Amino acid sequence: MRIVVDLNRCQAYAQCVFLAHETFRLTGEEALTYEPNPDDARRLQVQRAAAACPVQAIVLDRSDGAERSVTS
Amino acid sequence: MTMAAPIAELVRDYKANARIVIVGASLAGLRAAETLRAEGFTGSLTIIGDEPYEPYDRPPLSKQVLKGWVPADHTELPRLRHVDADWRLGVAATGLDRDTKHVRLANGDQVPYDRVLIATGTRARQWPNPTEAALEGVFALRTRDHAARLQQALAARPSRVLVIGAGFVGSEVASVCRELDLPVTVAERGPAPLVGPLGGVIGEIAAEMQRDHGVDLRCGVGVSSLEGDASGHVRRAQLSDDTTIEADMVLAALGSIRNVEWLEGSGLAAGIWGVGCDAGGRAFDINGVVTDSVFVAGDVARAPHVLYEYEFLAMEHWDNAVLGAEVTAHNMVNLEPHYYPHLLLPGFWSGQFGVNIKSVGVPPFGDEIAFVQGSVKDRRFAAAYGHRGRIVAAVTFNQGKWLPHYAGLIERSAPFPPPPSGWDQPDDLKPIPAEFPEHGVPTAIPDVVLTGHDPSERRAEFRPRRR
Repeated sequence: MRIVVDLNRCQAYAQCVFLAHETFRLTGEEALTYEPNPDDARRLQVQRAAAACPVQAIVLDRSDGAERSVTS
Repeated sequence: MTMAAPIAELVRDYKANARIVIVGASLAGLRAAETLRAEGFTGSLTIIGDEPYEPYDRPPLSKQVLKGWVPADHTELPRLRHVDADWRLGVAATGLDRDTKHVRLANGDQVPYDRVLIATGTRARQWPNPTEAALEGVFALRTRDHAARLQQALAARPSRVLVIGAGFVGSEVASVCRELDLPVTVAERGPAPLVGPLGGVIGEIAAEMQRDHGVDLRCGVGVSSLEGDASGHVRRAQLSDDTTIEADMVLAALGSIRNVEWLEGSGLAAGIWGVGCDAGGRAFDINGVVTDSVFVAGDVARAPHVLYEYEFLAMEHWDNAVLGAEVTAHNMVNLEPHYYPHLLLPGFWSGQFGVNIKSVGVPPFGDEIAFVQGSVKDRRFAAAYGHRGRIVAAVTFNQGKWLPHYAGLIERSAPFPPPPSGWDQPDDLKPIPAEFPEHGVPTAIPDVVLTGHDPSERRAEFRPRRR
C-alpha cells in the first residue's frame, strides 16, 4: 500500500509511531519519517495509525491506480 | 432569458466532452488529475511525464531513502481516486502550439487539447563543468533514479563525501552522512547554510548545528574544480580559497532550474522564475494578458500573492503543489465567477541533525527577525520575521506545534514584533536584522516599481486552506 504524510500538518503527536512503529519513526523530538510503501500485511496497522492522527496528516491509497495505461 | 442557463449548459458540456492535457506527472500533475475527476470532468485526460515512473513523492529521497531504510522505488504517491487517464510516461513534452492547441512530444507525437495544465516543475542544477560532472562519484539529487544511485554510493562507504551547497537538500544529505557515520565536508558560497530561505541569523544556528554533528562546514568558499583519478573517479576538489578537499564522492546540491524551455515559442510569460499566472493558475501570455486555455501549477508556477504585496511568488513547496493543483484543476472546468484563488500561506519543513525545521509565510519577504519562544541554545525555538511593522513569516526548530499560532498572525497581518506569547519566552525579544542576501541583485531597484496594496486597506480576505 502507498501512503504519504503531509508533514506541513504533522505536529509530531506520535500516535502513528505508537500504533505502527515499523512504518512511522521520529528522528529527534519531532521529525517524522515513514515508509511510504509499507507491506500489505501492515495495512490494518497503518489504517489505524491514519485514523488516530489528530491532525489527519496521513493520506492512504483510496484507489489502486489500476487504470494506468502507458502508451509511450 | 438570462445568460445563466446557457453558461451552465456550456460548463456541463465542457466537463463531458473537453480534452485536457496535463504536462508533468509528479505531485501537482497527479493531484490535478484527481481533482478534475472529482469535479465531474469525464472528458479525455492525458498525462505526460518525462520520467518512466508513476508519480512519486520527493521529500523521502533526501532522507529515509538515503539512509537505506526505504528503497527509492517505494516512494510512489497514494492515489486518491481513479483518474482514467491516458498516461504518456517516459516521453518529454517539447513544445506547446497555442494556435493549433497541441502539445508536441519528444517522440514526434502531437496531443490535442482544449485546456492544458503546465506542471513540469523543476530539475536539479548540474555541476556546470560537464567533464567534471561526468566523473564517477559525482551526483545530483532530484529524481528517484538520482536517489537510488546516491544511496548505493553512500552504502559503499566513501572515505569522504563533499556536499556542494548548503541549502535544504545539501544540509539534509550532510545530516544523513553523519547518521551513517561518514565524514562529510560541506562547501557553501554564502556566509552560512540556509541563508537564502531563512536568512543569516538562522543560518548561523544551522551552521553550529552542522559543526556540532561533526560536519566539516566551509562557508564563504566556492568549489573551483573537481579532479578525478586515472579511472575517471572523483578524488578531490579545489576550493576558491586555494585549499583542497580529498573526497571520493561529491553531491552537487546547487538548487533547481524550472522546466520552461519546452515552452519557447509558445508566447507564454515563461522564464527563469517560472510561468507567470494569476492566483487562479491561468497562465499569462508574453504581454501579461491572461489566457483562457493554459493553466499552471506546482513548482513552475509563479503568481501574485495578496499577502505579499502582490509580488509574484514561485514556491517549490509540497503543499503548494497539492493545493495549487487542486485550485487550478477546479478552475480548468469552471467559469467566472466560480473560480477559486490559490492563496496558500506557504509552508515547508526539513528534518536534519535530529531537528525538525518548519516555516510558514515567506521569510525572505521579511527584513527583521525576533526570537519569540523557546531557547536557541537548546535548538528548540520559534522566530518571527517582520517587514514594515507586520509579521510575514515564522520559523520553528523543534517547536512545530506553535506554527499554526504564527500562521494565524501572518494571515491577519498582525504587528511585528508579535505580542509576547506569555509562555516559554526568551529573555530577549528584540528584533534584529534577519540578514537575507539582497533580492534580485544586480537589479535590486527596478525602473518599473511594483505597486503593492496598503496592508491597512486590505480588501481581499485571506482564509486558511480548505480541506
